[in-house]
Amino acid sequence: MKQRTVVVLSAGLSQPSSTRLLADRLSAAAVDAAGGLGVRLTVRVIELRDLAHDLMNHLLTGFPPAPLKDALDAVEAADALVAVTPIFNASYSGLFKSFFDVLGRDALAGKPVLIAATGGTARHSLALEHAVRPMFAYLRAVTLPTAVFAASEDWGGDEGEGQLRGRIHRAADELAREIERREPATVQDPFALTTSFAELLAGG
Amino acid sequence: MQFGIFTVGDVTPDPTTGRAPTEHERIKAIVAIARKAEEVGLDVFALGEHHNEPFVPSSPTTLLGYVAARTEKLLLSTSTTLITTNDPVKIAEDYAMLQHLADGRVDLMMGRGNTGPVYPWFGKDIRAGIPLAIENYALLHRLWREHTVDWKGKFRTPLQSFTSTPRPLDGVPPFVWHGSIRSPEIAEQAAFYGDGYFANHIFWPASHTQRMVALYRERFAHYGHGDPDQAIVGLGGQVFLRRNSQDAVREFRPYFDNAPVYGHGPSLEEFTEQTPLTVGSPQQVIDRTLGFRDYVGDYQRQLFLMDHAGLPLKTVLEQLDLLGEEVVPVLRKEFAALRPAHVPEAPTHASLVAAATRQEQEKVQA
Repeated sequence: MKQRTVVVLSAGLSQPSSTRLLADRLSAAAVDAAGGLGVRLTVRVIELRDLAHDLMNHLLTGFPPAPLKDALDAVEAADALVAVTPIFNASYSGLFKSFFDVLGRDALAGKPVLIAATGGTARHSLALEHAVRPMFAYLRAVTLPTAVFAASEDWGGDEGEGQLRGRIHRAADELAREIERREPATVQDPFALTTSFAELLAGG
Repeated sequence: MQFGIFTVGDVTPDPTTGRAPTEHERIKAIVAIARKAEEVGLDVFALGEHHNEPFVPSSPTTLLGYVAARTEKLLLSTSTTLITTNDPVKIAEDYAMLQHLADGRVDLMMGRGNTGPVYPWFGKDIRAGIPLAIENYALLHRLWREHTVDWKGKFRTPLQSFTSTPRPLDGVPPFVWHGSIRSPEIAEQAAFYGDGYFANHIFWPASHTQRMVALYRERFAHYGHGDPDQAIVGLGGQVFLRRNSQDAVREFRPYFDNAPVYGHGPSLEEFTEQTPLTVGSPQQVIDRTLGFRDYVGDYQRQLFLMDHAGLPLKTVLEQLDLLGEEVVPVLRKEFAALRPAHVPEAPTHASLVAAATRQEQEKVQA
């Protein structure tokens, strides 16, 4: 079996949070779908709430405290990312955005990303398309076609739950296929020299 | 080993009084601080270069020239000289002149500068920061070593039959350090020329400094300048001292909490744990500083940032007394006892003249 890793990033603020609930549903579905394709998927969940102070300190001082550095490195090294945010004011939350504001410029380039969000009502669902998706496009991530939105009402009632379950599985299948057909992610050493000094002198 | 101080020359209000010094007061304070550095037995005073408020040192050689006239032994340096936005021809001229006036008590630290608008103000593009640093320094290096230079590059007008005057004192250019926090290309540049590498060190975790220094040492050896542990390394540091460590913490906290760089971010305790900042007694500063050697190896120059965040001049001068009387003499002894004989001291004008003379004699004999 191929071994791959996925980081699940949840920007929920309350504990417990429906954002984390959605993140857990997505990661469980992704593990199942990947398993069906012969890929053993290891999941690491990162709760941005735990890193909130570190994120602000990084923005102010220019370097990440150790726990945040560990999370940033984990995302860069992962084969895929599941990113789940609550929708605030028609967009991702500030905490969610802050993480990507301090993530390395090329950390997501070419990486499959499943985007998902939670909100009070389904009226917020297109924020995934007009706010979250463009940010990942800018970061050159490979954002999956299916984005998953869960409104409060999706968590109750057979009909709503059924629809949400369907979207979760469709997105998880897309993610598993993208992971399966790729080589494992590689990490660039920021201290590695990429040009010779002769090339630098020649204006390379 | 050399010990000294470096300053960025910021005009920052004292958060405990709300009062900021005037530019005139700050400039005179920088001079007083430099003279104090000599008085308490420090070796090096390094001045930053900035072209934007709230910083005053836009004209480093003017200020350092004045300090040179008011001191006897102090080595004058920069932290840093902007190799990207300055004309390398003017750097060659200005610092050769300073070198003569100071009787050789001059070296420089090259840096790129990280203030975005300064680049366009001087007609440059910040995206070309590395290529500017590489090309400009290559020209500066030649101007100090070749009498007549024909030169053509990308970033400045070509030169035909140009001679930079005055020629370096005794035919020996000032020693150069290259400062960089995170660009491996600059560590490589320092290694290529056999110049020194300086890690600012103060706003970053130790692991980061360790990687940059290790890269520089490895490449220094690659280019045949000596063994990795013979490369010339300098480190920044940041301390606030009182005889009693609780007093140091109590007095420094409002300055830390409101400091321009890290204020309103991490707590003093967090920042002390994450970076080399040490707030405490002379013994705590001694122990922490000796610990730097554990991850960069034996090194040649330690500079401390002492006058920032709105600290009043009186406090800074008291800090320098403590540093010069109670910290540096112990560090000198301890570092010297640990350093193997084959690890060199930082080059000085005298040592560079001696090396040049030796080379001449070897050439004659060969």
